[in-house]
Amino acid sequence: MRLYELAEVIRSKNAGPFVLTIDLMFGDETALKRVLEAESFTSRQIAALYGVPAEATRICPFPRIHTIKVSLPRPGASSGSADDTDVYGSQHHFPLGNIAV
Amino acid sequence: MPDSLCFVSACGMLGYGYPPESLDRAMTRRPAMLGVDSGSTDSGPYYLGSGKSFVTPQQVIRDLEPALGAARLAGIPLVIGSAGGSGSRVHVAALTALLRQIAARRRLRLRLAVIHADVDRTVVLDAMRQGRVRPCGPVPPLDEPTVRASNRIVAQMGTGPIRRALREGADVVAAGRACDTAIFAALPIERGFDPGLALHAAKIAECGTLCATPGGANDALICTLAEEHFTVEPANPAKRCTPETVAAHSLYEQPDPNCFYEPEGKVDLSDCRFEQLDERTVKVSGSRLVPAAQATVKLEGTRLVGHRAIAVAGIRDPAAIAQLDELQQGVRRSVARSVEGTLREDEYRLRFLRYGLDGVLGRHETARDNRPHEVGLVIDAVAQTQELADYVLSLARSTALHQPFPGRKTTAGNLAFPFSPSDFQGGPLYEFAIYHLLELDDPDRLFPVTFEEVG
Repeated sequence: MRLYELAEVIRSKNAGPFVLTIDLMFGDETALKRVLEAESFTSRQIAALYGVPAEATRICPFPRIHTIKVSLPRPGASSGSADDTDVYGSQHHFPLGNIAV
Repeated sequence: MPDSLCFVSACGMLGYGYPPESLDRAMTRRPAMLGVDSGSTDSGPYYLGSGKSFVTPQQVIRDLEPALGAARLAGIPLVIGSAGGSGSRVHVAALTALLRQIAARRRLRLRLAVIHADVDRTVVLDAMRQGRVRPCGPVPPLDEPTVRASNRIVAQMGTGPIRRALREGADVVAAGRACDTAIFAALPIERGFDPGLALHAAKIAECGTLCATPGGANDALICTLAEEHFTVEPANPAKRCTPETVAAHSLYEQPDPNCFYEPEGKVDLSDCRFEQLDERTVKVSGSRLVPAAQATVKLEGTRLVGHRAIAVAGIRDPAAIAQLDELQQGVRRSVARSVEGTLREDEYRLRFLRYGLDGVLGRHETARDNRPHEVGLVIDAVAQTQELADYVLSLARSTALHQPFPGRKTTAGNLAFPFSPSDFQGGPLYEFAIYHLLELDDPDRLFPVTFEEVG
């Protein structure tokens, strides 16, 4: 199953002009665990998808509401700079949404 | 210290609108303060760079006039943070001009506090030499040429300067660039409420009813602080807060849901409790402030990168879509030959945004081999002046229309332009050059508070 199908909410947004933050919200604890334990779901592999350094990519579970937050440097360009394609960062939950869990 | 203090956030962003009934309903709670956030970096560097606002004056007046009227009628302060969008001197001036206009029309008399947040380049350069400037997140270390090239620098004020304005009797505070929390936490902290709770309540309040369900920033939120907790409740009876919706707000635009950082220190949410108090109200407790060992403020600065011109076109021909990479390379080569002698390779940028293929994710797109039946193309040219950007775009657009490629059948033209003219001027292009923390022993000194009697 793709992460996109498993998540009830999958949203991305800037956390300041240089950081992208992606929230993955699940319906229950089982789904949350499934993702956290998936081999494909590591900061190293997520960083590779976006071409950013793994050490700057953070996975932060927030079990209270079955949510995982992934934060990473904005791939390629700061918000609104000449090379940017997504000023608000709202459509960068892909390629993360594609990973199999 | 009173037992409790109620404050109201009119909406998530001045100009985004709120139902007037929500404000009326909120005012029946006799709040001690009405606040509204007016700024953000979300919409990109253009607004700080150019000095313009990302909402129109009409939008601001529509939201400000009833809020100002309600605050004056109740005799409570109205606090506006990050005035004009980016909170620099020109932005603040645009907002105060509207305030004076409304006050004159409504015959209101008020004591206006204006707090500027502009930072002189020499202040940043001096601090850099003392090693007191560091990156905020994944940003390169600041160097002198970057500071000198920045056209506008602001710092985010904390609660200090707003507290001072309120202490000295401001009816309206028009604050330049401010932390969202400072707008709402200043008064409760001034009145002796717990700063951890006050900052957390403020963090939730600054987005209006984004913490409620149905969500959305465009409605009023009522917050009440007590000694060991605070409550949040949407003013609109059609909305409600639940522990889940309020907890979920801790995630919003923040890299870590368990804490956030403000000039006052780190607000730790890891022991936070969210409880349903009544059907529409949530009680929050356990938020703690861990004071900062060294006071810092966040700097934001922009620099001019060049000027932009774009053209929009559609491609429906399957061979053109299949050979798009080839077509683009041909256009790049042709443009490079045409500008030879006028522009060096590093003096212009030419970009093809290919919607339908990889317009959003670019080289990180994993599905770009699935060729669609139609592609939207944006040709984007950037050069030092508008004239040069127009020139590069015009060359690229006309070449792309007629560029040959292997297997071409569409020999009368590769592109469908929806508009005449096909080319649009994007104007000046800015980027965030400074996003750094500045260490200061007395950060409030950076933000001068001045008073003016209006009306």
